[in-house]
Amino acid sequence: MGAAMETFYSVIRRQGITRRSFHKFCSLTATSLGLEPLAAGRIANALETKPRVPVIWMHGLECTCCSESFIRSAHPLAKDAVLSMISLDYDDTIMAAAGHQAEAILEETRAKHKGQYILAVEGNPPLNEGGMFCIDGGKPFVEKLKLMANDAMAIIAWGSCASWGCVQAAKPNPTQATPIDQVISNKPIIKVPGCPPIAEVMTGVVTFITTFGRLPELDRQGRPKMFYSQRIHDKCYRRSHFDAGQFVEEWDDEAARKGYCLYKMGCKGPTTYNACSTVRWNGGVSFPIQSGHGCIGCSEDGFWDKGSFYDRLTNIKQFGIEKNADQIGMAAAGAVGAAVAVHAAVTAVKRLASKREDANQVH
Amino acid sequence: MMDAAERRAKTKPDLAAIAADAVGGHAIGRPTAYVYEAPVRICHWVNAFSIVALMMTGYLIGMPLPSVEGEASANFVMGYIRFAHFAAGQVLAVFFLTRVFWAFVGNHHSRQIFFLPAHRKQFWREMLDEIRWYAFLEQTPKMYVGHNPLARTGMFTGFTLFVAYMIITGFALYSEGSGIDSWQHKLFGWVFAIWPNSQDVHTWHHLGMWPLVTFVIAHVYAAIREDIMSRQGIISSMVSGERQFRD
Repeated sequence: MGAAMETFYSVIRRQGITRRSFHKFCSLTATSLGLEPLAAGRIANALETKPRVPVIWMHGLECTCCSESFIRSAHPLAKDAVLSMISLDYDDTIMAAAGHQAEAILEETRAKHKGQYILAVEGNPPLNEGGMFCIDGGKPFVEKLKLMANDAMAIIAWGSCASWGCVQAAKPNPTQATPIDQVISNKPIIKVPGCPPIAEVMTGVVTFITTFGRLPELDRQGRPKMFYSQRIHDKCYRRSHFDAGQFVEEWDDEAARKGYCLYKMGCKGPTTYNACSTVRWNGGVSFPIQSGHGCIGCSEDGFWDKGSFYDRLTNIKQFGIEKNADQIGMAAAGAVGAAVAVHAAVTAVKRLASKREDANQVH
Repeated sequence: MMDAAERRAKTKPDLAAIAADAVGGHAIGRPTAYVYEAPVRICHWVNAFSIVALMMTGYLIGMPLPSVEGEASANFVMGYIRFAHFAAGQVLAVFFLTRVFWAFVGNHHSRQIFFLPAHRKQFWREMLDEIRWYAFLEQTPKMYVGHNPLARTGMFTGFTLFVAYMIITGFALYSEGSGIDSWQHKLFGWVFAIWPNSQDVHTWHHLGMWPLVTFVIAHVYAAIREDIMSRQGIISSMVSGERQFRD
């Protein structure tokens, strides 16, 4: 703390990062955000002149995969710079302080930076039993979340947990794990879904906010448009095989070796909004489809409850037994078809009988 | 419109009589009524062919054909199937809207499939009669110039509601490809507020095909059966526009 007036740039330089590396980071960030070439200069200027934004990073019910992803942000400088750029005042997983010292930081931030800090939330609060399934600092997490959200400028909902609920909210959701936007309604919430989200997407969102001093443009579901406005399918390098009609039919077939489209293997690329097929993972090395496995749709709402990862159609459970859309539809159409056939037969028999009766009466 | 209908109603029996005379039979004056105006008939057949095309291509999008051989750039199988599906979908949407428009300017029969007079006792009484007729409990069917109440209910739910549902979810899915700045997304993006995961929209759109398959089976069967059993020209009326009462 006490670094509220310190600029990003001075912190970055103090960390031993050269000016050359600093500019490389600015260019990379401008590119990954899809900005014009001149924006790199504006980013550099902003980082040199603007005070660091205080960030409180809280953890609810989660697995820390978001943090794990975040600290692996590809460009070495991205990791260093982002951890230096923002003033990460509180993150109970990686901070040195513990116990009362750590909790004191929360109070201090609320008092000193009221309405100016960003609340980054990894995981979500369980609401069942008064929130006792997630106790943080002796209090239910949901209480701490609401308290810190009240004085925040905005909230970043990291990952599918905070955005949609993810695995802890999967049916039957015994702890009643609830996504952030259903608990906090009075603050802007940026959803950055994914299990985990891509590292560069996470750092990209933070960089955008700190650079421009405003929140990125969000889509209908509250996700930053720049990373979540297109599907994996739209930018997939195997898309040409989809359009051609060339599909993997089995995991070990010739088509799989040739790298055909994984649509028939239940790839969720056509229904998943994320940047994996452009930004990729682990420093742009690969992403699931490139490794030969279909997308499982981890950045989509309720992806745990959409049936098998290897099916195209979601199973429908309302009918007591798990059936997919085709089985149900075919059964219904079959039943009506059979009913029509029987009805036609009865009609014909009755008609024949009444004709015979008429004929008999004439004789 | 009315003049033409009256003129035809007058001339038709005469023609029938002449035809009957020519083969030496009885001269029969069959009463006819002008029910389906030309735009209604055109919409009917365009929609029918579009729906059949959409069902076939839609099923192949959900369950693609076996893989084709050769270079990816030399083939466009899935692309053509999807193109046909989208084209048929747009045609259906346009003619569905035309049909809705015609309900406002056409005759009163053209409005029948867009609402049910559920507040009227007569509707339900006649509905019961019609159900009894189909359950073989009535000896003779009632005659209607337009749809009978049961047929009307079938058309309203099976066609109007389900086709509207398919058009809406269809355009929402189309907007995924055309982008969130497209007019399709602006008009139909709200579907994703109901089902945030587009996989659900895909599944429900796919499931929506089956009620339409069911509707087509029942629709075609009922039309043929009524044509024979109730002595009314049902099928020919969707070609000529005139319903003939043959007894």
